[in-house]
Parts: sequence; structure tokens; C-alpha cells
Amino acid sequence: MSTRRIFARPARYAAIAPYLWMALFFLVPFGFVLKISLSQTAIAQPPYTPVFDLGEGWAAFKAAFEQLSLENFRLLLSDNLYILSYLRSLVVAATSTLILLVIGYPIAYGMARLPQRWQGIAMTLVIVPFWTSFLIRIYAWINILQHDGLLNRILLALHLVPGPVVWLSTDTAMYIGIVYSYLPFMILPLYATLAKMDRTLLEAAEDLGASARKAFWLVTFPLSLPGVWAGVLLCFIPIVGEFVIPDLLAGSNSLMIGQTLWLEFFTNKDWPVASAVAIALLLLLVPPLVLYDRLQRRQVEGRR
Amino acid sequence: MARTVNRLSRFNMTALALGLAFLYLPIVILVIFSFNASRLVNVWGGWSLRWYIEFFNDRAMLEAAWMSLRVAAVSATLATLLGTLAAIGLARGERFAGRALFSGMLYSPLVMPEVISGLSLLLLFVALNAERGFWTVTIAHTTLTMCFVTVVVQSRLASLDRSLEEAAMDLGCNPVKAFLMVTLPLIVPAIVAGWMLAFTLSLDDVVIASFTTGPGSATLPIRIYSEVRLGVKPEINAICTLVIALIAVLIVIASFASKLSSSQGESAAPL
Repeated sequence: MSTRRIFARPARYAAIAPYLWMALFFLVPFGFVLKISLSQTAIAQPPYTPVFDLGEGWAAFKAAFEQLSLENFRLLLSDNLYILSYLRSLVVAATSTLILLVIGYPIAYGMARLPQRWQGIAMTLVIVPFWTSFLIRIYAWINILQHDGLLNRILLALHLVPGPVVWLSTDTAMYIGIVYSYLPFMILPLYATLAKMDRTLLEAAEDLGASARKAFWLVTFPLSLPGVWAGVLLCFIPIVGEFVIPDLLAGSNSLMIGQTLWLEFFTNKDWPVASAVAIALLLLLVPPLVLYDRLQRRQVEGRR
Repeated sequence: MARTVNRLSRFNMTALALGLAFLYLPIVILVIFSFNASRLVNVWGGWSLRWYIEFFNDRAMLEAAWMSLRVAAVSATLATLLGTLAAIGLARGERFAGRALFSGMLYSPLVMPEVISGLSLLLLFVALNAERGFWTVTIAHTTLTMCFVTVVVQSRLASLDRSLEEAAMDLGCNPVKAFLMVTLPLIVPAIVAGWMLAFTLSLDDVVIASFTTGPGSATLPIRIYSEVRLGVKPEINAICTLVIALIAVLIVIASFASKLSSSQGESAAPL
């Protein structure tokens, strides 16, 4: 224990540089988002009027504080566009996470049941697509889903559909893209908990007369819940703010919140409203983020 | 009962096989069609390298690719340094003031929607009056990817047997020397994996780069993205295949490196 304590001091010094880096480039920027979300839109470069100038001291700060406006947030609440795209983001994220869980669980379960030496190979096979570019994988699906793409050719050849089906720019295409991109994030935490599980518990359940199905629902599934939660949060949180997938695969008549933010920022050049959208999105994500942080800390540090 | 076990495992095998096919088929199709001679993306016109030649004659695309490679190399290196230091602090620092904030700052970017990270970093750069281009994108990517490095290295550190370090210190090493002589060689595979992960994540990012880059310095994903929005183009298939090949080569090198360095110990998982 004492050697550990001696060891701890230089380890803490090691953390100083990354601590400062993350404070400057992760924490501080949120302050700027908050500040600009409270300022007025202006047609200028940068396109907002500064709320306060730190160089002018406390009086200026106080004067500026009185000028802060909740105008942008009032806009978010009054315009249906924003509320609808928040709702759509939540619905899309919840639906895709559910699909991911239903598809990912059997795969993870199958991996955990493989002979030991095959498990490593299976895990590598699941991880490798995660290394290949995410944008490339979405592009690969555009190839397949387009009007004269492979999917329509196969369906037509098998006489399953009377004519080419429109896949691109639909919600179906978007869900395929999301599930495809996030599947490894669902499988890996599930596999991690399922592989650790004590198999003798299952044998005990079956010895006591439980059917395989009952043993699964009474023993395996409850024990795998930490993995289920990790996978669900790992997928749900980023999907809520997803931009690229809905932008490339879904239709343009209803937007997810990430797209709305992008549109306000790049097309309308309305930085204050974009910032307000970001703050509102962040508030929405605080509860799952806190849950995820707690889970992650337990998982990485729990092995001590 | 034997039958139920058997049926279950057949179901498992099917799920596994279908899952892997779902993960790999689209990429395989993309690669095959990059060698297509036909301009029509889905009509097979025989094998050809014309789209690769087209890419190597496309100045704007090549410049974007060069920019992306530089950003990825520099940001991955910075991220590996900072991320490893952070992992050491978290795994060996015991309790210290602000520890919860520190780990929160390192874990939340892993799931934080990219539009938020991108927007907030851009606003910081504007406030600091920084010229946007290579360095702003590099800093942004470093910030995001060092968190992945931290998680990879920290979980490796947490699974190490600490009695080795303690033995080294009992034999007269100071903590820094014990770390450098005993612990560091054991976590090299994780550090290499972390660098690779950081490199590929940087090479892949559209959203954060779009926010933080300046005019005239687009990265490869930004270019690909704007082309893809206009529709499928065979040249993009060729570029994507090259990127996949580059990453495949890096993975092979990294797995060799981790095999070499872990010949005494156990091998590390790729993630």
C-alpha cells in the first residue's frame, strides 16, 4: 500500500498536461457556446454581437450581463421546427437503439458461446469494420440502395417486387445506415459481459429444472444487464446528435436535431441560434451522459 | 436436453454469420466496384484501374488527402502522448482533487454528438482569434481522439499485475524508473493500438473538421462528403478503397508490433 502511495504522486503529475488540455479544449468551449447562445444575431463576421469584452472589466461585464437575452431559446420553444426535430431525434435514437439491441444481442451471445480460441477471431472481425471509415461505410450503402443499386437488382431478379423500390432518402435507409454504423458499439459491451459470465449458473438452473429459454430469461439476461445498459447508452447518446447518416440517407422533409444545428450554422449562418440548439441538445443529453459516465468509470476502474 | 443445446448453438451460429455478412458485404461490394471499367456505378464493365488514375490526376482531392494524412499523423501522436499520460494519472494516481471532473471530461467526448464538439471548438478558436486551418483541425482531433487512447491504455493498466511495479520499487527503483522499466514495456501494445485508433478516427471525421477548418483547407472526408451528397461517383469508390487499404496495412503492422512486444506477456486486444 505504501509503495502504491509513493507511485501515485508522479502519476498525478502525469495527469496535469492532459487535465489542462481537456479543460481548455473541452470544458471552456461550452462556456463560449452558452455565451453566444445568449447573444443577438448579427449579419457580420463573426455573425453575432459580442456579449461582453473581458478587457473592459467588471462594469462592462455587469452591463453586458443585463443585455443577455433568452431570445434564441424563446425562438426554439415557439417554432415547431425545433421541437419537431428534437422529438424526431429522440424517436429515431430510441428506435435504432432498440433494433441494435435486438440484432446485437444474439450476435454477442453467439460470440460468447464460441470455443475460446474462436472468440478472439470473432471479436477482431466485429472490430475491423469499426476501423474502416464510417463515411466510407455509409457511402457503401448508398451504392447498394440507389435506384439501380444491388438491392433493387436482387429483389427484381427474385421477382419479389414489381418495380424498383425507392430506398434512398427514406427513413428505412437511415435506419439501415445507423444500425450498420453502430452495431459494433452494441456488440462489444454485450459480449464483454456475456463472456465473463459464470456458465455453471446456467447449468445449475437447468439442473433445477428450468428450460433453456427460462434459464436464459431468469439467469443470463439479468446478469447481462450492465452490458445492455452500456451498449444502449453508447449507441443512444451519439445517435441523438447524429448528422452525417440522416443527411446522406434520409429524406429532407423532416430533420434530426444535428441537421437543424448544421443548417442554422452553415446555411443560415445564425451562430446564436445554432448555439442555443446545441445547449438545448446538451441539456437533453445530461441524464444519459451522467449514467454513462458512472457506468464507464465502474467498468474501467472496477477491476482493481 | 442435448438437442436444445444443439439447436441453440445453430441459432447462435446463424446469428453470428448473418451479422458478420451484414458488416462486411457492403465494403466488399464497394471495393469490387472501384475496379469497374464502366462509368455507371452498378453496371459491370470489366476490370479497370481508370478511377484510380482519375484520382491521382485530381489535384484538389490529392491536396485534401495530403492534408488529412498530416492532420491524422500529428493529432494521433499528440493524442497518444496526452492520452497515455491521462491513463497513467487515472489508473495509478489513486484519489486526487478533481478526479471525477477529469474522468468525466475524458469519457464524455466518446459519446458526445460531434456537432456539439465541433461547434464549441469553433467558437473557442474564433474567440481566441486563431487562424483556422491545419492546426485548428489538428487540435480538435487531438481533443477527441486522446479520450479513446485514454480508455484503451487505462484498461490495459488496470488489468496489469501491480506487484511487478511494487517488486521493482522494493528492489530500489524510484517510481518513475519502475514505470519506465517495468510497466511501460507491458503497455506498449495498448499504446500502439491507441495511436492507430486515433489515426483512423481522425482520417474519418467529417463533422468536427467541417466546423474547425478554414477556407481552402478541406480534409479528405470533407471532400468525399460533398461529392457523395451529389451522388455516387466511381472515383469515390477508388479513394475509399485506398483508404481501406491504408488502414488494413496499419492494422497488420500494429498487430505484428503487439505480437513482437508481447511475446513475453499476453497479447493485447486490438481495442
